[in-house]
Amino acid sequence: MTRRLPRKDAVIVGLGWTGSIMALELARSGLDVVAIERGPWRDTATDFNIGTAPDELRYAVRHDIFLRTRQETLTMRNNSSQTALPIRRWGSFLPGNGVGGAGSHWNGQTWRFLPDDFRLRSHMVERYGEGIMPEGHQIQDWPMSYDELEPFYDKFEYVAGISGKAGNIKGQVQPGGNPFEGARERDYPTPPMKQGYSQELFTKAAKEMGLHPFPRPSANLSAAYTNPYGCSMAPCTYCGFCERFGCSNYSKSSPQTCVLPALVREPNFEARTECEVTKVQLSRDGKTATGVVYVDANGEEWEQPADLVLLCAYGLFNVRLMLLSGIGKPYDASTGEGVVGRNYAYQTGSGATAFFDNVNFNPFAAAGSLGAALDDYNSDNFDHGPHGFVGGASITNAYTNGRPIQYRPTPRGTPNWGSAWKKAVRETYQRVTNVGAQGSVMSYRANYLDLDPTYKDQLGRPLMRMTFDFQPNEIKMANWMAERCEAIAKAMGAKTTQINRLNTPWNVVPYQSTHNTGGTVAGTDPKTSVLNRYLQSWDVPNVFVMGASTFPQNAGYNPTGTVGALTYWALDAIQKKYLKSPGALVQQ
Amino acid sequence: MHTDDRSAMRAKFAPPTEAPRHSGVSRRSLLATAALLITTSGATAKVVTKVLPWRPNEAYPVTPVVPGGWLFFTADEAAVVDAIVDRLIPADELGPGAKESGVTTFIDRQLTGPYGGHDWLYMTGPFPANPLPTQGLQSPLTPRQQYRQGLAALAAYCKANFGGRGFVDLSADEKDKLLAGMEKGDIKFEGFASRMLFNAVHANTMEGFFADPIYGGNKDMAGWKLIGFPGVRYDFRDVIDNPNKPYTLPPVSLQGQPAWGVR
Repeated sequence: MTRRLPRKDAVIVGLGWTGSIMALELARSGLDVVAIERGPWRDTATDFNIGTAPDELRYAVRHDIFLRTRQETLTMRNNSSQTALPIRRWGSFLPGNGVGGAGSHWNGQTWRFLPDDFRLRSHMVERYGEGIMPEGHQIQDWPMSYDELEPFYDKFEYVAGISGKAGNIKGQVQPGGNPFEGARERDYPTPPMKQGYSQELFTKAAKEMGLHPFPRPSANLSAAYTNPYGCSMAPCTYCGFCERFGCSNYSKSSPQTCVLPALVREPNFEARTECEVTKVQLSRDGKTATGVVYVDANGEEWEQPADLVLLCAYGLFNVRLMLLSGIGKPYDASTGEGVVGRNYAYQTGSGATAFFDNVNFNPFAAAGSLGAALDDYNSDNFDHGPHGFVGGASITNAYTNGRPIQYRPTPRGTPNWGSAWKKAVRETYQRVTNVGAQGSVMSYRANYLDLDPTYKDQLGRPLMRMTFDFQPNEIKMANWMAERCEAIAKAMGAKTTQINRLNTPWNVVPYQSTHNTGGTVAGTDPKTSVLNRYLQSWDVPNVFVMGASTFPQNAGYNPTGTVGALTYWALDAIQKKYLKSPGALVQQ
Repeated sequence: MHTDDRSAMRAKFAPPTEAPRHSGVSRRSLLATAALLITTSGATAKVVTKVLPWRPNEAYPVTPVVPGGWLFFTADEAAVVDAIVDRLIPADELGPGAKESGVTTFIDRQLTGPYGGHDWLYMTGPFPANPLPTQGLQSPLTPRQQYRQGLAALAAYCKANFGGRGFVDLSADEKDKLLAGMEKGDIKFEGFASRMLFNAVHANTMEGFFADPIYGGNKDMAGWKLIGFPGVRYDFRDVIDNPNKPYTLPPVSLQGQPAWGVR
C-alpha cells in the first residue's frame, strides 16, 4: 500500500550536479525542498578516502561507484529491425549512482558550446543550403542562444572553479585561449592546468600548422579556490585517478566539493537516499504533477506530494521516467510522431595514436582534464563546403591516466600475450600519445529511445530501449577528423602513427563516452520538443527536466559545462517567473 | 580472513556443484540497515538534513588477500590455471610472470566475491542464442560457472587429444598452440566455448598482474615495475614540473611500504 507523506514545495529526483544546484538555490529561495536519490550518500571524507580511492580494480574495472545494471539498465540495438538486448555490463558509457551522480566520477572537461551550435540548423542552411543536411536528420535549433546562456555558463564555471584561459573576453580575442569561443564576460576563475611534455609537442606542432591550440578548460583545479557558495577546493596533484573515481583531494569539481557542503546547512532541505523514484504522479486530467512515488530501502512504497517536480536524474533516466509516467507523447519512429525519446544522440571518437622514440611522457602524471585542445575543426569554424558533412570535433592531446589494467597501449599487430606482448607493453608505455577528435552527433529519425517490450527491472517496470547507430554523416566527419589528427601527430615528431577511424556499428563493449544526449529535447515547437526554452514540460508545466537529455543534438564537446549553464538558466526562470506565477512560461 | 571464514568459503564454493549466489551483502548495506532513520512522517529512508552524515570509516578498505590455499579452485583446477597464466605472461628476462606474481590466487579470490557471481549485473533472461556482436555480454554463465565448466571441458579435450595428458603435462609449444586456438575459437571443446574460457582467463590475468597487490596478484608490484607505473604515489606535481625526465622512484601500493620515504 502506498502511503502519502506531507506535501513539499519541491521534490527533486536525483542528487547529482543539476539536482544539488537546484536544491541549494530553491532552498535559499525559501522553498521546502526534498531530494530523492536512489543510490547511497557519498562524500569525499567518507567515500573517496586517499587510503582507498586510488584502486583501479575496484572502481575502474569492477565499477564500484557506478549504477549497477541489476538496479537499472537499458536494452540496445543498432536499428529497429533488430531485437534489443539488455546492457548487462556497462561498457560504452558509465552512468553514476548515489549522491553526486556521474558528477563524482567524471573527468572534469568543462566546455562551453560554440555560438553556432545553438542555431546549427539555421546557420548551416543559411551558409550552405538545405543540400548539406544529412539524410533522415532531425537537426533543430536550440530554443536559447549562446548570448542568453553566457551569464549562466559564467555562474557554473565560478561555482565549479574551472581552470582555463579565456580566448574571447567581451569580443576581444585573448592570446593563449580559444579564439573561436563565444564572447565571455570575464576569464575563468582559476588559471589553466600545467601541461605535460606531450602537450608541449602538440601545442608547438599545431601552432606551426597555423592552428590555434590552448589548454583544455578543466574542473581539476590548478590552484586553491573558494567558490561563491563558500566551498573550498585544493590544487590538483595530477595523481591520474579522476574518471571512474571520486577525488580524494577535493581538487575535482563535483557536487561533493562545490555544492553539498553548503546545501546540507539549509534547514529546509532534506535528502532521502537509497530511495528509487518509480514515477511522477499526475492529476486526473494529466495536466499537473501532484508529486512522485518512490520505493524506500525496505521496499516500501511512498507518495511524496509536491507543487514542483524537478527531474534531475542522469539524462537517460529522465527520459525513462517521463515515459513511465506518461508525461508527453512518446516518440514513434515508424510515424515520426511524438517527442519523448526523440533525437537521442551520442558522441564520436576518432584520431591517431603516435609512437615516439626516446621520450618520457610519464602518462601516470595526469588528470581527467589535463590536455591541450584546438577548435579549428569544430562546429562551423571551418568551411564545410568541400566536405559534405555537418558537424565537427574538438581535437585534443591529453593524459587522463596511466592506470595499467586499462591503459597499456601497444602498436597494432602486437600479440595479446606471451613474451612478445610483454616486451611491447614495456617499450610502449612511456612513448605513446594520442591525438583525439571528439565529435558531434546529429539527431536522426532512426536513433531514439522508447520502452522495451520484453525486459523489466527488479521492480517490474519496463527497461528503456535504445536504438542507435552512427550514421553516414558522422562516419564521414569522424574519419576526416582522424586524418587531421594524424597530420598533427606526425608534425609532433612521432616515429610511427596509427589512424583510429570511427568503428561501426556502434558497440556497447568498449568504453566510448558517457555523453548520451537527447530524448527530452528543449525547443520552440511542442511537435518537435518535450520542453520549452526554460526546460519546462509543454504538457505538465510544474515539471522541469535538467541534463543533457534536453540537447536537440550533440556538439563536439563534453556536455557538463552546458548542462550546468542550462540548470542555472532554468533556475533563473523558475525563481524570477515561475514561482511568482506558476504555469506555462511559454504559451503554445 | 580467519581460518574459520576460509573453510566456510571453501565449503560454500566446493566443487562440483555450482556455488550458490554470493549474498552480495556489503558492509555498507549492513550499515545502511543499522542506520535507518524514522522520519517524523514515518517513512523509512536514509535521511540527510542540516549536517553531513559523517560515519567514521565509511570508506571501508579492501580486506587484503592472504595467499595460500584455494577458496574456489580445486587443486587440479588451480594447477591448470597456473599453467595457463604462466604462458599468457611468462617469466623471462624482463621479470616475473603471472604465475610468480600470484595471479592464480587473485583469480581464485575474485571468483569468491561479487564479481564471480555477476552479483551486480542484470542477469534476467531471456538469453538469446545469437545476440549481435555489438550487444556485449549475453551469456547466463557467471565467471564461477565459466571457470568450472570451462576447465572441465579443457581437461576432457586434453585427455582426448593429447594421449591422456592434462594441460599441465603439455610442452610449452603445445600449450601455446592450444591457447592460440582457444583465443581464435578454432578449438572445439565438448559442450563449452573454448574462447569463453580463454577470454575469462586472459582478462583476469591482466587484471591480476596490474591490479594493486592488495588483491593477491601483482606480487612485489612486478606488473607495475615492468612498465614503470609508480602506483598510488598521489602527488605528481614534480613530474609535471620536469617534462620528459625519467621517473626513478619505486612504485608503492595501497598497503604502503617503507618505499614511501624513498627519494
